[in-house]
Amino acid sequence: MNAITPVGVNASAFLDRGDVTGNAQRRKAADFLRHAGLPRAGVEAWKYTSLRALADVPFTAAPHAVDGGAVDTLLAEVETISGLGAGASRVVFVNGSFDAGRSRLPKGVRISTLAAGTLPDDGIDPAGDVTTALNTILARDGLDLVVPAGVDGGCLLLVSIGQVDAAGPVSFHPRHRVVVEKGARLALLDASVGRGQYLHNPLYDITVADGGYLSHARIQAEGKQAVHLAVSHARVAAGGVYDSFTLTLGASLSRHEVHAGLTQAGARVHVNGAQLLSGHQHGDLTSVITHAAPDCVSRQTVKNVLSDHARGVFQGKILVERIAQKTDGYQMNQALLLSDGAEIDAKPELEIYADDVKCSHGATVGALDDDQLFYLRSRGIPGAAARSILIRAFLHDVVDQIDDQRLKDSLNLAVEAWWTREVA
Amino acid sequence: MPAVAETRKTVETLGQNTYKWGFETDIEMDIAPKGLNEDTIRLISSRKKEPEWLLEWRLKAYRSWLEMREPTWAKVHHPPIDYQDVHYYAAPRKKPGPKSLDEVDPELLRTYEKLGIPLHEQAMLAGVEVPEGQEARAPIAVDAVFDSVSVATTFRKTLQEAGVIFCPISEAVQEHPELVRKYLGSVVPVTDNFYAALNAAVFTDGSFVFVPKGVRCPMELSTYFRINARNTGQFERTLIVVEDGASVSYLEGCTAPMRDENQLHAAVVELVAMEDASIKYSTVQNWYPGDENGRGGIYNFVTKRGACRGARSKISWTQVETGSAITWKYPSCILQGEGSVGEFYSVAVTNNHQQADTGTKMIHIGRNTRSTIIAKTISAGQSDSTYRGLVRMMPKASGSRNFTQCDSLLIGDRCGAHTVPYIESRNMSARVEHEATTSKISEDQLFYCRQRGLSEEDAVGLIVNGFCKDVLKELPMEFAVEAQKLLQISLEGSVG
Repeated sequence: MNAITPVGVNASAFLDRGDVTGNAQRRKAADFLRHAGLPRAGVEAWKYTSLRALADVPFTAAPHAVDGGAVDTLLAEVETISGLGAGASRVVFVNGSFDAGRSRLPKGVRISTLAAGTLPDDGIDPAGDVTTALNTILARDGLDLVVPAGVDGGCLLLVSIGQVDAAGPVSFHPRHRVVVEKGARLALLDASVGRGQYLHNPLYDITVADGGYLSHARIQAEGKQAVHLAVSHARVAAGGVYDSFTLTLGASLSRHEVHAGLTQAGARVHVNGAQLLSGHQHGDLTSVITHAAPDCVSRQTVKNVLSDHARGVFQGKILVERIAQKTDGYQMNQALLLSDGAEIDAKPELEIYADDVKCSHGATVGALDDDQLFYLRSRGIPGAAARSILIRAFLHDVVDQIDDQRLKDSLNLAVEAWWTREVA
Repeated sequence: MPAVAETRKTVETLGQNTYKWGFETDIEMDIAPKGLNEDTIRLISSRKKEPEWLLEWRLKAYRSWLEMREPTWAKVHHPPIDYQDVHYYAAPRKKPGPKSLDEVDPELLRTYEKLGIPLHEQAMLAGVEVPEGQEARAPIAVDAVFDSVSVATTFRKTLQEAGVIFCPISEAVQEHPELVRKYLGSVVPVTDNFYAALNAAVFTDGSFVFVPKGVRCPMELSTYFRINARNTGQFERTLIVVEDGASVSYLEGCTAPMRDENQLHAAVVELVAMEDASIKYSTVQNWYPGDENGRGGIYNFVTKRGACRGARSKISWTQVETGSAITWKYPSCILQGEGSVGEFYSVAVTNNHQQADTGTKMIHIGRNTRSTIIAKTISAGQSDSTYRGLVRMMPKASGSRNFTQCDSLLIGDRCGAHTVPYIESRNMSARVEHEATTSKISEDQLFYCRQRGLSEEDAVGLIVNGFCKDVLKELPMEFAVEAQKLLQISLEGSVG
């Protein structure tokens, strides 16, 4: 493709807030964002999601002191939807800053947070995409977690709470790093909730070493006025497994961009997800899975349940490099449209340069199957209950693919909570 | 695996001599100076004795083209094209009124002979039914386009009797201006895209087909394109209009002589199908793909689109793409009429350094519209082949259906095969299904065939043919034979 970058919407509101002097990564990110701008329709990587609206919101840095009572209410909400209550290890971030008082750190793993203003030299290209660039310029805090070799880190809850009072819209850009060393294990449940108008722009830098195992489930249940722009950069080494799942429930506008690299033979990655949207919500799940070594496996199933005027976007690319012979890649995208105003835009993409590979993808879009509804109703199940059964079965199919039982249970709870609310 | 290694080696040794149609005809040409400006367009228009409205239409296209940028989203790479370094008009010098083939320049006839065009005798394929009361030699009507001007049109009388108009579009402008004016640019507007605007500004010739109400066109219509003179772009414009209840099958075949400099080809094809009408448009494209180092070859940037305007109308595109250095082509259907049907069957083969970014668009506007997409992509050598397709369900397309299947076959480990489907649905009751696979010829299949005594080449031929069968069976019989031959020629070096 020719190197003409379409110029997006002026991002100076964000650029002005970042102090990029003295840090080469931040400078590079700022240069990129200045040139590319905030994407609007027409940029291929953002074909169906525009950030034009962001430019008009006067976001400021998030305050540290917030209403403690409101935060506790939101934290209780996370405990309810995740089922991980008082006993669970958890790391809590409020408006993007580490909250030591509400956190309960697990044993056996090394945990710290980024010192204010520093940026780890993590090898992530600050100018690779807009979401990463934005985070690079404005990151102030974040989790830094290492599961040492051979250790089972158990189950950890990472909570993000966005609590904004009447003072005006804020944005926070935490930068989390998770390293699972050789033969180590971790189940990470990551939940985002909030109230008010804010932009949550987290970056996840994930490394799974030889034979390591990381199950990472995200519940995005941000407040109704929130904008959620997340990006994950995952690298998986020989025999390592990264099992990821994104459940999108909240925010008015959200996008999770996953860049997963299979860097050594025998690595395995799952980039699954479900987007359950209603009203005028817009949810985008975009992923690039790069097979950069032979004998790797990738799996992706993404389901969308869209009602009212919601819009679901899925862009999934599997890139198989020349060296990556014997690749096994599979991708499935399905959307259930529950009303005539809903819209799905899907772009499943295969880019393949090796010949001895097994890669396939599938996509289906449609309403609930009349035959299936009839089958249930003919057996005496009322219409509403029949619909409920079919919708939840549709979702069960993907949630069931999460390996870790604890995370699977949490996600099922979150789906149930969503469904109860939808019906109500 | 030895088989694969051998295949790779043979791909590498596949030389430029394998391009069977590489020759050049030496005929005096009437050529416009290089470059594109309003004067060039006025020259073309005056040479064609065009009415004022058409000149204005061209100038409008040219002015909007000046404002447009070349599209960059396709997965193809090429050095920048200098649009001022192209001849926009080249016509073989005409002798006064060649009423029969005897009067046509013998050099031209020899070219046709080498091409194997079934222009006259060849047109009479044994066993093809001849409609009653018509000339006994009427299976195919051929409108041969030699560079920019149609030189010979056969069987026009037979067609005229049926009420079918089949003539060069420049002639249609003179003889049926009301029809041309009504439909030209109605499917692909002049401002549609960069290449379509360029074509509208400078198109020199092409075919025009009009099938009136209720008429089933008595024969297959066929056009052979050739790009001949050095540095001449070819800007064909085809317009096919089929009225209520009528039907036509149109074949388009292309070969071009071998040459070193890249040539630009930006054609536009517009199809209009009214109520209950059906159009079957088949293409075999075998333009010069460049040599084994990727030098030369045709740039094929084509806009093809059909509008199913009437209820229950049907447009079916079938294409076998083996040629061109770069292909940028998305034959599309706008399914407007209730219950209208769009089909796209495609085989795209790339070898050496060829690049193809091809696919289709199915825009479902009306209720209960249906579309089927079957795309087979075969990549060999160091080529890159991309399927890029859009299926869009508009809010009113209730009950509409789409099924898409894209399969890619890689031969050798230095090529690439890519699949980029876009699926957009805004109607709850519309259903879209898409599936895509990428694989190589499996060792099991090869072993099975070899074990039963087939040579490796025959085995691969058999498997590739089977891989493409869903598409090849959609081709009219006359074309299916040629297409199979082409597949073999395109791949024979790469499969041992």
